[in-house]
Amino acid sequence: MTDTARDVIIIGSGPAGLTAALYAARANLKPLVIEGLEAGGQLMLTTMVENFPGFRDGIMGPALMGEMRAQAERFGAETIQGDVTAVDLSVPPFAVKTADQEFRCRALIISTGASAKLLGLPSERALMGHGVSTCATCDGYFFRDRPIAVAGGGDSALEEAIFLTKFASHVTVVHRRDALRASKIMQDKALANPKISFEWDTEVTDVKDAGKGEVTAVVLWNKKTGATKDLAVDGLFVAIGHTPNTKLFAGQLEMDANGYLVTRNGSKTSRPGVFACGDVQDHVYRQAVTAAGSGCMAAIDTERYLESIGD
Amino acid sequence: MATDMVKTFSDGDFEQAVLKAPTPVLVDFWAEWCGPCLRMAPAIDALAGDYEGRVVIGKLNVDENPNTPGSYGIRGIPTLLLFKGGQVVEQIVGLVDKATVARALDKHI
Repeated sequence: MTDTARDVIIIGSGPAGLTAALYAARANLKPLVIEGLEAGGQLMLTTMVENFPGFRDGIMGPALMGEMRAQAERFGAETIQGDVTAVDLSVPPFAVKTADQEFRCRALIISTGASAKLLGLPSERALMGHGVSTCATCDGYFFRDRPIAVAGGGDSALEEAIFLTKFASHVTVVHRRDALRASKIMQDKALANPKISFEWDTEVTDVKDAGKGEVTAVVLWNKKTGATKDLAVDGLFVAIGHTPNTKLFAGQLEMDANGYLVTRNGSKTSRPGVFACGDVQDHVYRQAVTAAGSGCMAAIDTERYLESIGD
Repeated sequence: MATDMVKTFSDGDFEQAVLKAPTPVLVDFWAEWCGPCLRMAPAIDALAGDYEGRVVIGKLNVDENPNTPGSYGIRGIPTLLLFKGGQVVEQIVGLVDKATVARALDKHI
């Protein structure tokens, strides 16, 4: 089922992809956005977003993504449900495949973002959904009046921890360093919250009890003292960071050692006509607003590229 | 959001509608406030049509039905459980695509 070649296809529908779609649509490029499984991106799993400029009282993550989507569609961006399963970037027009369809495009904007990193423990995998979670907004409900642990030390971890105090009896934040990576305001909020305590210089080395089929404790290892102990909890929320979604492009685009797409001169990847924006190519800032900004850059780079190759 | 073919299960009818069903039954545990659960809904709708007559597909709202999730140790959603003869034969935790669910169903029909 081959379509005639489009000017531009955008893979991913977080702030980067939808801003690229908005600008590309306004440039009359009739962009097609393939939403992806996690349509809307990471903000769909958050509650109140207070640091995206333009919303002085904050805005709920899903609502912000709804606004971005509607805005892009207003100017002619087409969005479809679907997950890209393969791309072929060897010869333009590039091939982009989903489970049911195959598309071709003269230019491609990659905004596939990043997904939650896991600790990598077999017990973590075994107990996912039975007390181990990566989505506080989805699963906090199951831990009303129960003690839980949150692994991580950045903004995501603290935001989850603070959110979870709405349900949990107590939240223990387990962080492998002695200082938080999170923004000052999040740190202050978390440190001041009476339901939150911290285990510093500590890693989760195991989750009990896979045999029982539910979380009963996490095993903590203090890196400084070498001591291990069990912390009785009913749940573990893993918020240790994200890994870029770049498997699709292995062997086709240049990536750094951590799997992030390398971009130069704005959003240009190692292949002419292929541009990248958002967290898939940013391991430094990773904010919704920087993703949106890079999405705009990708659209402008795409427009200039298409003009340079002629129609 | 559910099509006519997607059933609605509850704590009250779970034994009869799911555990004692003659065909395999796929139960989608979900809630209104769970974004990924809502993302799965179109795939669940489509699968209900694709597997009509072979697998009964339905949803259980965990907010309204707190007993059933607890008895299966469910503490995360979305979770899909495939029941055959009253036993859980497949479990899928988290947001996945339609093809992944279909593969799990195909193993048991």
